[in-house]
Amino acid sequence: MSQEEVKTVREAEITLPYKWTIGPSGLRFFQGLKEKKILGTKCHKCGRVLVPGRKFCPRDFVELFDWVEVKDEGTIRTYAFVNYSFVGQPRNPPYIVAVIDLDGADTGFNHYVMGIDFSDPEKVKDQVKIGMRVKAVWAEKRVGAITDIEYFKPIK
Amino acid sequence: MFKGGFMSEKVAIVGVAQKCGENLMDSVRGLAFEVTKTVMDKVGLTREELDTVVASSSDYWQGMGCSNVFHFDAAAGYLKDSTKAEEDSGLALAYGYMRVRSGHFDTCLVIGITKCSEAPPIATLTNIYNDPFYQRPIGLEEISAAALQANQYMSRYKVSEEVGAEVAVKNLRNALFNPHAHRKMRATVEDVMHSPVMAYPLRELMCCPASDGACALILASEKAAKKFTDDPIWIKGINWRAEPYFMGDRDILENRALKMASQKAYEMAGIKNPLKEIDVAEICEPYAFQELLWYEALGFCSRGEGAKLIKDGVTSMDGELPVNPSGGVLSTNPFCARGAIRAAEAALQLWGKAGERQVPDAETALVHSVHGLAGQLHMVAILGR
Repeated sequence: MSQEEVKTVREAEITLPYKWTIGPSGLRFFQGLKEKKILGTKCHKCGRVLVPGRKFCPRDFVELFDWVEVKDEGTIRTYAFVNYSFVGQPRNPPYIVAVIDLDGADTGFNHYVMGIDFSDPEKVKDQVKIGMRVKAVWAEKRVGAITDIEYFKPIK
Repeated sequence: MFKGGFMSEKVAIVGVAQKCGENLMDSVRGLAFEVTKTVMDKVGLTREELDTVVASSSDYWQGMGCSNVFHFDAAAGYLKDSTKAEEDSGLALAYGYMRVRSGHFDTCLVIGITKCSEAPPIATLTNIYNDPFYQRPIGLEEISAAALQANQYMSRYKVSEEVGAEVAVKNLRNALFNPHAHRKMRATVEDVMHSPVMAYPLRELMCCPASDGACALILASEKAAKKFTDDPIWIKGINWRAEPYFMGDRDILENRALKMASQKAYEMAGIKNPLKEIDVAEICEPYAFQELLWYEALGFCSRGEGAKLIKDGVTSMDGELPVNPSGGVLSTNPFCARGAIRAAEAALQLWGKAGERQVPDAETALVHSVHGLAGQLHMVAILGR
């Protein structure tokens, strides 16, 4: 056998099963989503409403107990129009990911913005603007996951 | 080895070696050996004389658990008290610095290594950086996070897309003069603007490539440095910080972690006016607009004025403070190695050994590395003669 026939690389895919515990505060947030409610936690020290609702304020390092509902609509703080695909991508491109300032929250919320004409990538920026108002589109069948909101759409 | 000794007040870089490219034909292990052997031969340090190794690689960029174990002996770590800084060799530099300062070790080899050509795409791997509950299912990864940052920057400070293109033009041109650079070209702003949209507003040439590469540095205590060189490069200041987890919690334009890390590093090095006192900077700018944001957080200019620095040519090769004479990460991106490469390039500048990319009479250099989405973790070091 000649040298050339030995492959220069070895190829393999690694697939491993994991499960990740959501934890009580995460569970409360996701139970909220199932009921079409977006829940935050108010920090009694800095006064901010942190979304998603959580166990502690990273800045003040105090435990949080005060759960509040914020609106399912808000303002686009910033967005990115994603026009490439990658292995493991959770949604088929093209799509928009955004940081949305929900009414009543003091932190940004990451989610998709859809309902946009993506046929010409160069024209997407003419349809979506920072500062634009958007509203959640809820899934019919909700399971208690971040994708219970299918995406946010511009408020006409 | 621990000599019951005294803390070393000063830590020097006494040697550097690097090898980068698009698709290097040797294995991670072979590549680690090559850069390590090169730097040790340059300095005249034997394996027996080396006290410790701090490696930086990544289990899932390499596709192996304990990635460093695969290349530890190749980096002269045989039977040594050695360790690893996951994923960012800028942190390995900081870790190595502390090991030498402690007085327990007189010499330290810092190595960063990744072969991106062997790994899944950057977007796939950095999507897994996110938790499986909130951010991963929304598709966040390094490129879209950088695009969120760029778009907000353009909007808040009324900066055009072309300014990001100008950063790419500068760095890709600088790379033409760097024999270690991977992507190099004389591109125009139009060329960059005509490259395909990756994640608007970022286009392909505004995003880093995926490169192979390794970089090794030898650090030495004040006492040991004299044995290896008449011209040690001192680490005069060093610091690092991390931002909170949730993207939405952070002001991705303010970059407080970088601001604080640089202030602490400047304080340690006695720097009051970075733009005036620093002669050359090597910073990690995987995405074009980040270079502008980092200028601002590093205090080279006020907030929102990064665009002005690039437009006025302040950070060009012939400007007041050349940034990334090497071509930076936009030209060469062997993921875990990029922080160490910044330090190696800065040291070469201070030695006057940077060849065609030499900045004349450089005496003080800044080194920066970044890790995570939209600049979550930053390391800043100041090097000087």
